Amino acid sequence: MRVVRAGPGVDDRRDLEQLVITPRQGCRSIDLADIWRYREVVYFLVWRDFKVRYRQTLLGAAWAAIQPLLTVAIFTFLFSRLAGLSSGGVPYPLFAIAAFIPWGFFSAGVGSATNCMNSNQDLVKRIYFPRVAIPLAAILSGLPDLIVGLALLAVFFLYYGVIPGPAALLLPLFLLQALVATVGFGIILAAANARFRDVGHAVPFVLQIALLATPVGYASSVIPEPWRLLYALNPMVGVIDGVRMALFGMPMTLGTALASLVATLLALVGGMLYFGRIERSLADIL
Amino acid sequence: MSGVPAGAMKVRGIAKRYRTGQPGDMLPDLRETLMSPFSRRPTQEGRPPFWALRDINFDVQPGEILGILGRNGAGKSTLLKILSRIVHPTAGRIDMAGRLGCLLEVGTGFHRELTGRENVYLNGAILGMSRREIGAKLDAIVDFAGIAAFIDTPVKHYSSGMYLRLGFAVAAHVEPEILIIDEVLTVGDAAFQAKCIRKVEELVKDGRTVLIVSHQLALVQKLCSRAIMIQEGVVVADGRPDAIIGDYLSGLDRHLDVDLRLRTDRRGRGHVRLVGLQISGGDGASVAAGGPALFEFEVSSAAAALECVFTIYDSLGEPVCTFDTTNGGGGDSLKDGPRRSFRCHVPALNLRPGRYSIGMTIMSHDGETEDDLEIACTFDVLSGFIGGREIIADPACGRVEFPHRWSAA
Repeated sequence: MRVVRAGPGVDDRRDLEQLVITPRQGCRSIDLADIWRYREVVYFLVWRDFKVRYRQTLLGAAWAAIQPLLTVAIFTFLFSRLAGLSSGGVPYPLFAIAAFIPWGFFSAGVGSATNCMNSNQDLVKRIYFPRVAIPLAAILSGLPDLIVGLALLAVFFLYYGVIPGPAALLLPLFLLQALVATVGFGIILAAANARFRDVGHAVPFVLQIALLATPVGYASSVIPEPWRLLYALNPMVGVIDGVRMALFGMPMTLGTALASLVATLLALVGGMLYFGRIERSLADIL
Repeated sequence: MSGVPAGAMKVRGIAKRYRTGQPGDMLPDLRETLMSPFSRRPTQEGRPPFWALRDINFDVQPGEILGILGRNGAGKSTLLKILSRIVHPTAGRIDMAGRLGCLLEVGTGFHRELTGRENVYLNGAILGMSRREIGAKLDAIVDFAGIAAFIDTPVKHYSSGMYLRLGFAVAAHVEPEILIIDEVLTVGDAAFQAKCIRKVEELVKDGRTVLIVSHQLALVQKLCSRAIMIQEGVVVADGRPDAIIGDYLSGLDRHLDVDLRLRTDRRGRGHVRLVGLQISGGDGASVAAGGPALFEFEVSSAAAALECVFTIYDSLGEPVCTFDTTNGGGGDSLKDGPRRSFRCHVPALNLRPGRYSIGMTIMSHDGETEDDLEIACTFDVLSGFIGGREIIADPACGRVEFPHRWSAA
């Protein structure tokens, strides 16, 4: 029989191999191999979260389209009609919805990840599986909504008769960055909210402010040059500038791209370490 | 480090420390954390740690059925949580091989909005089954739970019995190499309980390793090949189930020497407490089979319309009979006003000789439990005469005896 032993902590292969339980101490990331082993649990949790979301709703998955539509309608009125902000030659509603789709994914993902540990404490207190599966599932269950959003975006392109250039092939990269940023912030806030319930109260409010600190309703070019780099530490700035570059050929500075990429990766690594630290005491503190 | 064979478990020096206080107080709160660099006093000062487990050592061989006994608060549930990896130990090491399944609280992870079928898949995955495995066992699970007609109904419309049956059915079909069972064999109605016990016996016959935690000593005695007893976070006895159950019960006896007023192993609101209890035979002597018995209870303060319920358990913790003031029989002479003591006369106590214990509950008129002692005291029934026959101790003959008469046709 093969002995699998991965550091202090816990290890098992689901067939007849060795499981060792020892105390865990110090700074340790979440266990990626364990998440892979329990991938079916992640799958079923995603499936559950998605199924439950639109059950007993009248409009069902149409909600995934209604939210961006209404937001863009309001933004068009506020930013374009009233404030007269420039959208760089692109029809404003198209310009805004291209940004709101990734932002909506980020915002919904971070929001539901923040509360997921508390709403699943029954599971955490009674059954073992990698705890990070819970926020991960909360975030990934937003993917179908993202796909509906992208389809809606395609309809906008058709309606306005705009044809994206070959740079549009870069779109998946920026969506991937959005996903990584969502997971990073999501697991940090999930762990933090399990520990300090204050976080759950602050997050919805902070997300509202963050919408204004992200170029969803306006172009990032309105931010004065000296502040641009600081501004780009918001990972969603890089994502949205990138999406607009890919779809509309709008300019994006290398500084913005790098700063937001670094911020995204820091959030992910920080999240893995912080969640790994809180994880072992989750059943005790929830 | 060499491994252990499949289905085996090796537990060495497991300890678990909790910070004391309310569960939410175990870690400093946000303000304390933020202020701690500015505060001179460490925030944990003055809170002595609580060791739920101190030093747990035992081995389990493949195919062994181990019973784990211990009073409430001895650390059994903490041990189970560590074995099932829900909480981390503070010290020690556990080696095991094979998939571990838990029948802790069945139905955990069911989602109210999902249908029975959907929940079987979800719960099966969480308990460690692959999608294919669940698909293959779905029929057996639904059949076992007996809810075939409702499998596509959201579980929020299930009765609590259906919910429990489905939960147990999923958990029982995981077929792990090591199975941990915690009190779940008490779910559902009697027929379903019997079915659960048969299923566990089946799993045991398959050569699976099983750990059973239960207050049903008869079940432990029936199923287990070995037992350990945990007391204050340490394994204090390890051996044949009969011997360990004996130790466990005599440990309870020792505990009973403590004055009733000072006992801490009680539940309930506590406005009124049981402070005195006396059991005697008719003429003030000891209780004998078939003889009269008088049970006298005294409570700490007189409150209006208190109710008193007590149950006699046999030496294995199985209930034998219950006496209940709320179930009026017409011949009772309880005052309607404040009651400070209760006396229960039994003209002929038809129990066979042996050791029995009494569990008792005091309830107030609003149905709230005031005081509840799992085991308030033990007493012995001596040999005696029932229906003119001499009855002597023989555990194989059951617990009760009736006056009867034989005749030839």
